[in-house]
Amino acid sequence: MKRIFKRLGLTGQGLVTSVPYLWLVLFFLVPFVIVLKISFSTAEIAMPPYAPLLHWVSEKVVQVQLNFGNFMFLVEDNLYWKAYLNSIMVATISTILCLLIGYPIAYSIARSAPSTRNILMLMIVLPFWTSFLLRVYAWIGILKQNGLLNNVLIWLGVIHEPLQIMQTYTAVYIGIVYSYLPFMILPLYANLEKMDLTLLEAASDLGCKPWQAFYKITLPLSMPGVVAGCLLVFIPAVGEFVIPSLLGSPGMLMIGKVLWTEFFNNRDWPVASAVAIALLMFLVIPIMYYQRMQDTEAGGGLRK
Amino acid sequence: MMQGRSWFRLFALIVGFAFLYIPIVSLVVYSFNASKLVTVWAGFSTKWYGELLHNQQILSAAWLSLKIAAITASLAVVLGTLSGLVLARFGPFRGRTLLSGLTTAPLVMPEVITGLSMLLLFVTMEQLIGWPAGRGMTTIVIAHVTFTMAYVTVVVQSRLSQMDDSLEEAAMDLGARPSRVFFLITLPIIAPALMSGWLLAFTLSVDDLVTTSFVAGPGSSTLPMVIFSKVRLGVSPDINALATIVVAIVAVGVVTAGIMMSRQQKARDRDAQMALAANQQMIESMKKG
Amino acid sequence: MATSPRATQQKFEPWTDPDAKPYVRIEKITKKFGDFVAVDDVTLDIYKKEIFCLLGASGCGKTTLLRMLAGFERPTAGRIFIDGVDMTAIPPYERPVNMMFQSYAIFPHMSVEQNVAFGLRQEGVSKAETARRVGEMLELVKLGQFGKRKPHQLSGGQRQRVALARSLVKKPKLLLLDEPLAALDRKLREHTQFELINIQETLGVTFIVVTHDQEEAMTLSTRIGLMNHGEIVQVGTPSEIYEYPSSRFVAEFIGSVNTFEGRLIEDEPSYVRIACDDLEIPIYVDHGVSSAPGATVWAAIRPEKIHVSREKPDRADNWAAAVVRDIAYMGDMSIYLLKLDSGKVVRVTQPNVHRHSDDRITWDERVYLHWHPESPVVVTK
Repeated sequence: MKRIFKRLGLTGQGLVTSVPYLWLVLFFLVPFVIVLKISFSTAEIAMPPYAPLLHWVSEKVVQVQLNFGNFMFLVEDNLYWKAYLNSIMVATISTILCLLIGYPIAYSIARSAPSTRNILMLMIVLPFWTSFLLRVYAWIGILKQNGLLNNVLIWLGVIHEPLQIMQTYTAVYIGIVYSYLPFMILPLYANLEKMDLTLLEAASDLGCKPWQAFYKITLPLSMPGVVAGCLLVFIPAVGEFVIPSLLGSPGMLMIGKVLWTEFFNNRDWPVASAVAIALLMFLVIPIMYYQRMQDTEAGGGLRK
Repeated sequence: MMQGRSWFRLFALIVGFAFLYIPIVSLVVYSFNASKLVTVWAGFSTKWYGELLHNQQILSAAWLSLKIAAITASLAVVLGTLSGLVLARFGPFRGRTLLSGLTTAPLVMPEVITGLSMLLLFVTMEQLIGWPAGRGMTTIVIAHVTFTMAYVTVVVQSRLSQMDDSLEEAAMDLGARPSRVFFLITLPIIAPALMSGWLLAFTLSVDDLVTTSFVAGPGSSTLPMVIFSKVRLGVSPDINALATIVVAIVAVGVVTAGIMMSRQQKARDRDAQMALAANQQMIESMKKG
Repeated sequence: MATSPRATQQKFEPWTDPDAKPYVRIEKITKKFGDFVAVDDVTLDIYKKEIFCLLGASGCGKTTLLRMLAGFERPTAGRIFIDGVDMTAIPPYERPVNMMFQSYAIFPHMSVEQNVAFGLRQEGVSKAETARRVGEMLELVKLGQFGKRKPHQLSGGQRQRVALARSLVKKPKLLLLDEPLAALDRKLREHTQFELINIQETLGVTFIVVTHDQEEAMTLSTRIGLMNHGEIVQVGTPSEIYEYPSSRFVAEFIGSVNTFEGRLIEDEPSYVRIACDDLEIPIYVDHGVSSAPGATVWAAIRPEKIHVSREKPDRADNWAAAVVRDIAYMGDMSIYLLKLDSGKVVRVTQPNVHRHSDDRITWDERVYLHWHPESPVVVTK
């Protein structure tokens, strides 16, 4: 069928392809180029607040000014290094926690009776359809000094003074895991559900105990789901802004917050751009890895 | 079969669902708390709902968000379906990997990056060609469409690869040109996926904070932006009321979807019975010669 | 019941007529996928009203060839003519060719009637005319009362009929069928085979069928084209292919066969003698073979053409001694696996003519095989 499309000349297939293509190139790809350009610029009190890169010195001569100062600034000022590493650490720990919590849930649903499976998945996905912001807000009400958790623990007699959880890393981990859990569960579930259960029966028949069978068969086969889930959590978590702002302390160094502050508070667009470029450089490899995985999963458009 | 495992499964499910739902339930419960402190119970009251309904700022922000979401979802479905179609049905072509990357990247890209980059794009475009003039609904819609179409693409692409493409070949074989095949055969069959894509894009748009903050203008405050500025300062009971309303709408929607799905399943079972009976009939008539 | 139409068509053999023009001409068609050659320089003539079967194992290229006839694949080289017109570059929606897909490809969101009417609507046929033709066709495939049903309310066999009706209602010049009976269970398959033939004869459409099932090919076809690794290995009527295979591959593909490798020790125009290591006595064949003397040839003898007896046959050649190694009782016939003194196992089938046989040949008995001089087929490759 694809050969037929090609034979029709570019008009049919080409037209269909070019519409989303052009949109994405213009509104997704080009912006990155612009960010790169502005990261080489200098902040100015102007509208927009940065200096142009090209100067017409005279009628025929153009001078290009590249300000590497922004990137030097990133390297020299400890703030940025710390923020990057901190964000990566937080994202890594959150991903692991998400995996530890999400895997049993996904596994339990996948092994339930087919009729209940759909209902359970519906219930997992339901919170996702309610606002992300509101759900993070809910945790404020639970974790703060006179919040739900402290009230219950004091009422139970487990503690006598309220715990300080808000504005700690614990709160941030809870927030990230809570918000990103569906992104971990969904690919895991998709993978586990498709697994051929007769493999486990065969293993059992050959003398394998249930835990061994899980370790040797289920776990390896579920790796694609695990990897997909981890990437879906890790990559956006590195640049997460809302959760550290609402649940973390003001002094907590996360790169998402840094970028936001540079942009909105300091009005330093060039530095914000440099921060973004540096973050992008780091994330480009996992992003490409994720894209390659998705492509092979979806079949890459090649039949048979 | 393996008893130990089902206890573990039950335990995992209970803990998991408790974790997921306790925050939501707490939001709802506290919305009926007469006390302004939200988490210190002072008696049952619905006054916060009243306050909410009179809060002009929140109401106009909500209206704006809904408008933007509806437009975004519709555009995203069109663009996402096109790119899903290209990736699932068109063979390898130059630039295919780039398209695939451009449709997958928004799914994982941190929003601070997409938000910043799109704003800078709009600023540059305004400098060069004068459009978009200022930041407002237009820029928000463009930004939202750009990242939600990635989700629609994934949904459509996966639906199309599940679909038997010999259906499309059969249609062509019977005389339908490729464009007719798409509208008469492909589209009706993947319609449910398009519907869920629309809903997905709508939800993502209504809920978006970071990207929107970058590309919104002074006059356009969306609902998430208003909520965020409020909750940065601490808990606020009218937000709980708002949250309860949202949860109620979503719950109704999900329950409706669940009922529809089970009805469909029942209809399918009935049809399968019919087919079985038809098969028996045919075998009988064959035996008679 | 009226006599079968086939009875009146005494000798439907247009391929033997030198003046007959082929309806479908496949000329030096090659299809490559990268380095892989799926179809290798195939030339084939198919005549009007034939049921022509492309037979072969999976991967032999038959489906690719069919898809090129339909227009879904573009040949790497060669041309395709249908009724004299060069169709090689024409897209599938403009060819007077229709295809019945292996998965039936019934549109799930349309009723049976709408499915069958689809092709006619694309042509722009009026609603009234469409309804009439659809009704006629549904009657022909015995689905008259099922018009309003949706596909998932039908059984597999009924869906197949919908697919058939849908592809025939446009009165195509050529109907291509991709493994039409593969998804049906056995009883239904036999019944449908004969129905297909009747429908074809009633409508006079030329069929090209792709199948891997030799029984299907033997029952349905006027002629069979056997394919292997992208090439046409032999073309002929079912009996020609069965009784006169042109190579070991053909002989072994269709049905079962016993092949004896040997050398031509006597090569005359009216007979040949072949000496085999597995047999003490050479094979005497009552026709000539075009081959060099002393060359290695294979004598292929079908299981039903070998006779088993307890008494030693009184003939000079075409017999051997063996021990019964295994017997399979199939009801209508028995299969004997007989081990020659050389160790080679020969397969023989015999119909169970008598109901009470206390005296049947049994395991480990010493028996004799013999066959008629005209039974072996000599192949040189």
